[in-house]
Amino acid sequence: MRYLPKSPADRTAMLKDIGVATIDDLFAPIPAEYRLNRDLKVPRQMAESEIVDWFRERSRENGENHASFLGAGAYNHYRPVIIDSLISRGEFLTAYTPYQAEISQGTLQSIFEFQSMICELTGMEVANASMYDGSTAAAEAVMMAVRLTGRRSVAVARSVHPEYREVLATYAFHQGMPLATLPFADNGGLDLRSLEDAITTDTACLLVQSPNFFGVLEDVEALAEIAHRKGAMLVVSIAEAVSLGIVEPPRQADVIAMEAQSFGVPLTFGGPYCGVIATREAYVRQMPGRLVGQTTDRSGKRGFVLTLATREQHIRREKATSNICTNQALIALMANIFMTIYGKVGLKELARHNLAKAVYAIEQFGKHANVLFAGTPRFNEFVIQTSEDPYSINSRLLGHKIVGGLPLKKFYPELGNASLWCCTETSTRSMIDTAVGLVAESERSMNGTREENVEEVTR
Amino acid sequence: MPTHMTRKATRHVNQNEGLIFEKSSPGKAAWKLPPLDVPEVNTSTLLGSQERKDLGQMPEVSEIEIIRHFTRLSTWNYAIDLGMYPLGSCTMKYNPRVNEVVSRLEGIANGHPYQPEKISQGALRIIKTLSDCLLEITGMDAITLQPAAGAHGEFTGLLMVRAHHESKGSPRKKVLIPDSAHGTNPATAAMVGYAVENLKSNAKGMVDIPSLQAQMNEDVAALMLTNPNTLGVFEQEIHKVADILHAKGGLLYMDGANMNALVGKVRPGDFGVDVMHLNLHKTFSTPHGGGGPGSGPVAVRRALEPFLPKPVPVSKPDGTLAFDYDRPQSVGRVRSFYGNSGMFIRALAYILANGPDGLRQTTEDAVLNANYIRKALEGIFDLPYSSPSMHEVVLSDKVQAKKGARTMDIAKRLIDYGFHPYTTAFPLIVPGAMMIEPTESESKEELDLFIEAMKSIAEEVHEDAEVVKTAPHSTRVTRLDETAAARKPILRWKPESQEPTAKSQ
Repeated sequence: MRYLPKSPADRTAMLKDIGVATIDDLFAPIPAEYRLNRDLKVPRQMAESEIVDWFRERSRENGENHASFLGAGAYNHYRPVIIDSLISRGEFLTAYTPYQAEISQGTLQSIFEFQSMICELTGMEVANASMYDGSTAAAEAVMMAVRLTGRRSVAVARSVHPEYREVLATYAFHQGMPLATLPFADNGGLDLRSLEDAITTDTACLLVQSPNFFGVLEDVEALAEIAHRKGAMLVVSIAEAVSLGIVEPPRQADVIAMEAQSFGVPLTFGGPYCGVIATREAYVRQMPGRLVGQTTDRSGKRGFVLTLATREQHIRREKATSNICTNQALIALMANIFMTIYGKVGLKELARHNLAKAVYAIEQFGKHANVLFAGTPRFNEFVIQTSEDPYSINSRLLGHKIVGGLPLKKFYPELGNASLWCCTETSTRSMIDTAVGLVAESERSMNGTREENVEEVTR
Repeated sequence: MPTHMTRKATRHVNQNEGLIFEKSSPGKAAWKLPPLDVPEVNTSTLLGSQERKDLGQMPEVSEIEIIRHFTRLSTWNYAIDLGMYPLGSCTMKYNPRVNEVVSRLEGIANGHPYQPEKISQGALRIIKTLSDCLLEITGMDAITLQPAAGAHGEFTGLLMVRAHHESKGSPRKKVLIPDSAHGTNPATAAMVGYAVENLKSNAKGMVDIPSLQAQMNEDVAALMLTNPNTLGVFEQEIHKVADILHAKGGLLYMDGANMNALVGKVRPGDFGVDVMHLNLHKTFSTPHGGGGPGSGPVAVRRALEPFLPKPVPVSKPDGTLAFDYDRPQSVGRVRSFYGNSGMFIRALAYILANGPDGLRQTTEDAVLNANYIRKALEGIFDLPYSSPSMHEVVLSDKVQAKKGARTMDIAKRLIDYGFHPYTTAFPLIVPGAMMIEPTESESKEELDLFIEAMKSIAEEVHEDAEVVKTAPHSTRVTRLDETAAARKPILRWKPESQEPTAKSQ
């Protein structure tokens, strides 16, 4: 086996040194009746070239070279090549969690920079080293608010990503936390009138997403005012991190739960991504996850260490703020490099390009189909309503190697034939025009069919 | 300063590097966007009061500076690629590079989780094939790949335990956890709403059967057991453990952190385990990446299958694959989409590279390496439990502590010898624990160097403990003040919080 660095002679010599006759003597502690005396039924050992071929085949079955309008929590942004060059360095790729600070300063300093940039972008005072993803970050942020307020129930906007809400429901259920789901208004944002009544003296926090699942910016200032007036916290989830380049961050929030996938992380069918929690300094001791802090060594030289570990499971066990151990360090490094590449000016320009593409697409689609919540400020996603079932439209788009928007029937049946579309800087005008053309054709033929049907009935 | 020779490592020049913010100046850039092919927009009209005007202290640097910045930082890290990483319980094995290559193939890396099933067959096939392999390896009946890490797998597994008991009328109240367990076990039990009850180990370092018998009753939902346990000892009475639990309707949860000792030699499903998680970033070679991403699949017996998180991959009559969301008894979702798919690709590539013979040889070599180290070091270091070791050995600092050198000091001194420290002070049942897991990835030469280093440090403790107690001496920073870091936390860069650069280098 090519990964194993021992010759048969090495093995024999080592067994002799240990003082046993065969390798099976070392497995004697396992009761004989349980030992496996056959080969595992897994594929035979493959050559590297065969492995590459096997996965190439899978790649081909997985929609290579399609243009896509999908977003909905996973965004297709261009990934500068130096991200992979740098994270592929063995010293980053094959290092463990930086508990041994003296030989982990590379990882520790880069996490410190990551935390600093996330704070800068979100307007918060502290950020952790990462969570699994945006959905678990949101759930853990809510549990943090429960601990901080001593209240039990949670109000969640229905315009939060449906899968984030499902994850929250799983986490909340066994904590005995009642969840109230709040409707969206005609403008696509949280219905402010319902909010006044929904927040009670037992509400720990309100969870919203902005830009929300429909791409619409929530009125965070107004939401914070209502939540805070009633003694509840405001937790804001941000699924599309690039929006922070041009959209004012939710500074009035108490906790921000982010998904940083947009910052240079490949889609890879849903993961690994990079959740982050950011909050105010006052709340840091209730924050889950690892934190890196600055300190000095014995000669006064600046260095970095994992800190405030008394919140964590390896110290506090069942009293920890969370059970999280392994997080998404290498993915946070991708995001860190991405943020460094675009920086102060580039992130803004990148966000502006996203916005311009979405505005163009909305205008074009709007000529033929109904764009929902059209007048509300938004970032790079929008909902269109068609006469035809979006699944049918999408299967025709697929013939042009275009993946259309996400049909919303499964999550929001009341929106009928609605689908959620996303444009990023990678969406070209020509792919937008092609998609618009096919939607226009669908509308024409549906309306045409309807007229024919009407004629038939009258006849 | 070092008094003894080390054959493994030599000091060499490495570069200083400040924080990226300290290199920033207005007008530098590492990005370029293509010309906009749609009309420009007026952002203040579109966004109104929500328009962001300024990105504050975000850096402005060029591409070469970024390359140098991160390359320099990288050289300050220890890594598997540099040498042995004997962290007990962490299974720091070789991370094959073909895994990285195949995970970046275009259709795989760019696959959107919501793209139509018709063009997701490749990703689904990877999920299905890996699931099948892991079920065969564990001897279990059903599996979910959704959990994002080991602790997340524990959470998912215990949710299923809870759902199982609820379906029988009561969720039950507590979970038994041996005193040698990982901290994630009790933390997880608390998250799922269970009280934690400690279970004592016996003199052999195994579950004490009479204690288990006495503590087991209808309030106990499950026992969370690591096997081999954190002493590296196989629970020889595992069948009795399972029987005692099952007799009172309890379930046996296995923490699969130490699965690298078992693959191809014995299957948890064959020795009475009901629920278990795996760590793809330990046993199945996906890179640790400085602390993640991981992946923590959970495998269960048939009776628990209805409770798996949704969605679940299924084969359709026409042979294609799909996700089934219609799972009324499911515990729900534990993560968005389907989990850390990128780790599935790497783990499967590892299994394909090994095949059945390679997987077995891997396990045998891992156990061989641990026993080789144990044989060479027992007598020099205290061996608190003499039970046979599997893939890791736990020694203690009992002898050296008399001279004032504790496990952490010896660990730090190992750094000067060119090794990453072993796991210190864990498991908690061993005072001054030194937990050593070499994995299969070490050659005899590397193991001999490690043994030589450990022996040399033991001699140093005898001759002049100070050199050990103040180690490391060869790193770019000496021991860091963790107390100060926690007392007055500095968790982000601010222009005013930094010392002049001369000192910060």
